[in-house]
Amino acid sequence: MTLATFVIQLLNGLAGASSLFLVAAGLSLIFGVTRIVNFAHGSFFMVGIYIAYTLTESFGRGSALGFWASVLAAAVAVGALGFVVEILLLRRIYKAPELFQLLATFGLVLVIKDATLAIWGPEDLLGPRAPGLRGAVSILGRPFPEYDLVLIAIGPLVLGLLWLVLNRTRFGVLVRAATQDRDMVAALGVNQAWLFTGVFALGAALAGLGGALQVPREPAQLFLDITVISDAFVVVVVGGLGSIPGAFLAALLIGEIKALCIGLGDVSFGGFEISFSKLTLVVEFIVMAIVLVVRPWGLLGRPGGEPRHAAATEPPLRPLHGYLKLAAAGLGAALLVLPVATDGYVLVLLIDIFVFALFAVSLHFLMGPGGMVSFGHAAYFGLGAYGAALLVLRAGLPMETTIVLGPLVALAGGLLFGWFVVRLSGVYLAMLTLAFAQIVWSVAFQWDSFTGGSNGLIGLWPPAWLASKSAFYHVTLILCVVAIVALRHLVFAPFGAVLRAGRDSPLRADAIGIDVRRHQWFAFALIGGFAGLAGVLHAFSKGSISPETLAIARSVDGLVMVLLGGVQTLTGPVVGAAVLTWLQDEIARRVEFWRAILGGVIILLVIAFPQGIVGFIRGRFMREVT
Amino acid sequence: MTVLQVEGLAKSFGGVAAVQGVSFAVEAGHLLALIGPNGAGKTTCFNMLNGQLAPDRGSVRLDGREIVGLKPRQIWRLGVGRTFQITATFGSMTVRENVQVALISHHRRTLGLWPRARDLYRAEAEALLARVGMADQAERAAAVLAYGDLKRLELAVALANTPRLLLMDEPTAGMAPRERVELMALVAGIVRVEGIAVLFTEHDMDVVFAHADRIIVLNRGELIADGVPAQVRADPRVQQVYLGGGTTFGHG
Amino acid sequence: MRKLILGLALGAMAATGAAAQEPIKIGELNSYKNFPAFLEPYKKGWQLAVEEANAAGGVLGRKLEVISRDDNGTPGDAVRVAEELLTRENVSLLMGTFASHIGLAVSNLAAQRKVLFVAAEPLTDKIVWDNGNKYTFRLRPSTYMQTAMLVPEAAKSGKKKWAIVYPNYEYGQSATAAFKKLLAEKLPGVEFVVEQAPPLGKIEAGAVVDAIAQAKPDAIFSSLFGPDLAKFVREGNTRGLFKDKVVLNLLAGEPEYLDPLKDETPPGWIVTGYPWEQIATPEHKAFVAAYQKKWSDYPRLGSVVGYATVQSVVAALKKAGAVDTEKMVAAMKGLQLGTPIGQITYRALDHQSTMGAYVGKLALKDGKGVMVDWKFADGKDYLPPDAEVKKLRPAE
Repeated sequence: MTLATFVIQLLNGLAGASSLFLVAAGLSLIFGVTRIVNFAHGSFFMVGIYIAYTLTESFGRGSALGFWASVLAAAVAVGALGFVVEILLLRRIYKAPELFQLLATFGLVLVIKDATLAIWGPEDLLGPRAPGLRGAVSILGRPFPEYDLVLIAIGPLVLGLLWLVLNRTRFGVLVRAATQDRDMVAALGVNQAWLFTGVFALGAALAGLGGALQVPREPAQLFLDITVISDAFVVVVVGGLGSIPGAFLAALLIGEIKALCIGLGDVSFGGFEISFSKLTLVVEFIVMAIVLVVRPWGLLGRPGGEPRHAAATEPPLRPLHGYLKLAAAGLGAALLVLPVATDGYVLVLLIDIFVFALFAVSLHFLMGPGGMVSFGHAAYFGLGAYGAALLVLRAGLPMETTIVLGPLVALAGGLLFGWFVVRLSGVYLAMLTLAFAQIVWSVAFQWDSFTGGSNGLIGLWPPAWLASKSAFYHVTLILCVVAIVALRHLVFAPFGAVLRAGRDSPLRADAIGIDVRRHQWFAFALIGGFAGLAGVLHAFSKGSISPETLAIARSVDGLVMVLLGGVQTLTGPVVGAAVLTWLQDEIARRVEFWRAILGGVIILLVIAFPQGIVGFIRGRFMREVT
Repeated sequence: MTVLQVEGLAKSFGGVAAVQGVSFAVEAGHLLALIGPNGAGKTTCFNMLNGQLAPDRGSVRLDGREIVGLKPRQIWRLGVGRTFQITATFGSMTVRENVQVALISHHRRTLGLWPRARDLYRAEAEALLARVGMADQAERAAAVLAYGDLKRLELAVALANTPRLLLMDEPTAGMAPRERVELMALVAGIVRVEGIAVLFTEHDMDVVFAHADRIIVLNRGELIADGVPAQVRADPRVQQVYLGGGTTFGHG
Repeated sequence: MRKLILGLALGAMAATGAAAQEPIKIGELNSYKNFPAFLEPYKKGWQLAVEEANAAGGVLGRKLEVISRDDNGTPGDAVRVAEELLTRENVSLLMGTFASHIGLAVSNLAAQRKVLFVAAEPLTDKIVWDNGNKYTFRLRPSTYMQTAMLVPEAAKSGKKKWAIVYPNYEYGQSATAAFKKLLAEKLPGVEFVVEQAPPLGKIEAGAVVDAIAQAKPDAIFSSLFGPDLAKFVREGNTRGLFKDKVVLNLLAGEPEYLDPLKDETPPGWIVTGYPWEQIATPEHKAFVAAYQKKWSDYPRLGSVVGYATVQSVVAALKKAGAVDTEKMVAAMKGLQLGTPIGQITYRALDHQSTMGAYVGKLALKDGKGVMVDWKFADGKDYLPPDAEVKKLRPAE
């Protein structure tokens, strides 16, 4: 690489970082003050670029004033959308258990996506170039877009403005105070509700601005929400939660590393060919993993800058009452004899539900008793599935043995990644699990000759004795039920009790001789094995697997199931898995805009049952006597 | 018999000496109170004893064994129980389960996968709760306990590994005066019977002079007095520290 | 949208009114919500074909009924949806799918359940070659075929220093591999000076353009599409990358990907595509007229694919003479039919149809991209020799 190309690539990195910083800054602000993990932040970005497209097409093709006014108007419009969302939806659920708001914003993602499709149509919409900035200037003899120079300036400009707002206004003082200690703000007699609304609207407007500024660079399209949200999360976490300068630094770091990877292209080291260009598939997650392993609170985050959620502690766990045990046994028996009574498809659907129930229960074990929220649980599901598939296809083992070996592969993955993961806590921990999951995903995605690459692996059918739907149904039912019962038992066992103790009070656990990390590490690995079993069954029920079994969407599905059912219950994840899978199946078949309907139903469930469905039932009908 | 022997303990934070060359000893069956005005270094001193902070210099010996450099959980295994200034209990568990977890840890069965935790060491847990007067609350969630009851639960948990030494950081902070007296009487009774050594910090001088066998006084990181209550009360340097600032014995 | 639903309802009513016999049920599944830009026109295409077939009295004296499902864009859900179509709806065959991995998963299921599957869109070579099976047939020209259509143009340019940019997944990888192999055969001494493989949908276009410029190639082969293509084109235009360079781009002439480029369309690029407004064959004119009448919109390539998929099924049913999987599979082998873009044959050898594509140059006209100097490339001319194909495909 020559100096000139190096400099140009640095500038490319800076330009790329600008919008990313705006989105991340908004996300960071919102998280800092309200503790909401705003999954819909990418959707705000997407709506921003769509609105800006419409406005600039009308007013911004010829006039610079019209263009920039359109961009600002789009940001304001998205801010207004954020305002409405906060008041109508989020305000109702601040008291819900940790992360529950994530579920609401997930519903929002689905609704916004379908609404965008309905309003703007399916085609990509490439907006106009910015008037007056259409061309390129020559830098070291190479052309560089004028607009990108403006973008490079906008990042620090917005950073400066945010600094002024946060340090020189009363609003800013409150925001900073709330980021450090929410209760203090309440004690100061400040109207917390309006502070939250204001911050949420400001964060949304920043995301909208980030989107609007991209109009001259990329088309508005319907995948932007998902692409942007994962990038933005990475930036926020790498920078340190709640730190705006940290987000700026992280956006620059990731933007530069990406640009340099592209600039380096294919490089050979002593006979080894390394494609840095292909590395861009996953480089931000590698950066995040390294940063978090070295600095568990991000680049500029503060240790302990993530106070515990103020939600109520869950009530003591109790084994099922006699009549509930009887009901569960009855349900199990009914499921066993079900194949006689129904058509084949009910069995197919139930197999999916059993597999996802086990997946969700295993995730819940980490999130609930383990106190470790995982955003990358799909890694272990997928490792189990790939482990089994590869053992069958490449080593010629029979499926029966892979039911044992597949989960062991996942367990080994959990053992490896868990060692790093348990050194962190809270959202940082969750994001490190995501980073590892993405790294595993990218390996499966890239390693064409071994894992089948993006196409995946096919021809994974169970042996003859399991070939019939009802036989496979029975095996899946039995394995999943046994695994779920075992996990449930584990919660009550000394190991589970010690985990819960470590979650409730690490200080006390340490003071009574418990090595909390070690137990968390074992739990992480063990749970990997359980998720792996779900993955193995999934692979053989579908006959094929692809990198999607490892992808973010799978992890998110797991989270949604757990939260939908209720984090603070043990049966919740089973109910959540059943409800989500069934709902999706039913709605997708019946209506065209099924995604919006599904999102809407999730939002309604969130508002109606802020403790999750099972949490609600328990709270309503089985009140604890204390 | 000397249970805890501290010699030349020192710790500075960024050049500011928080504790400088403190030495003292605690005998089995005795209650030693560590007092001093705010910022005297009590908490720093305390945290070095239980392994949360590493001292810059000095030695801490438990029954003659050096424990500097060990982690809190390792020190606990050597027979050191502790209670916290702000109680730390397992809120999502019942009172009995809180004690059972400590017993499970004591018996090194934390990796047990088969039995139910709530069935393990149930009788021992109940006996411990009975000793601190919490037997009737065994089934309640720790999260809903009154503050005084939480302190007593912590004491039961701290006693679960039949400790040689109890470290109690402000055991009566946040309690009503009558409760304080009751709690310290309870502690004093238990340690005398079982021969446990106790080191506690305390703001309430009534509690200190009523229950401590010996008192050591810290001021600006230095030990300025060490003796039985009457000696300490009469020590002019102690009076200077407490009275010189216009405060009386009481809330220091 | 309301019009669409109304149309469907009317169609359904007409069908129930006219057919005395049970209709022939066809199960269709696709990632409608994930790739609406391609799949909405596709759906309109097959709906038109079904309507026409039924208006002509149906097939084997029975009406056609397509039961369509969204596969949620994942292979796992696609397999479940396919099972639902097979077990609950009792469909006689399956058709559809867009992304390659989903096409493969459904093809895999079709082989297991012994049911005919007509893969409409997936481009992967593997679905008919490495992972081919008895029950799966594929309509669209594959990645290999479309790449092969561009190779003669590449060879004709005489350029020796090539840059390659492709979306980093199987389609882009296969296109790149096929291009390098085929061009090296035709143009000895050809050199590939830089390869860029941005993640699908996430290209950092400025950096990629600069990295390519730095390698100073004479020509570029790209298999980008969709948003990646739009970003690459805009950055490349701004930074003058394409000046004096031969650029080849798979798929970029398809209205789905060309139309969004509008005035950004890079003139002179050699592409595969579908210049619908210029194709003057009677079959195509009739198709366009019927399509525009029904939908008040112009056809995209997806429309043709959807339309021809149903045409294929109709032809296979007629040839088979019965709604029976083994007979339909036998009928599909070597099946010939006319589509709006020409006569096609489903090769008995590998179940690939010989559907072609249009190869031409991009140009700007009234602020819109169009294809000029185009010619039709018949798919049958761009497949490897039979012996080679036989080696690739597992024995049945």
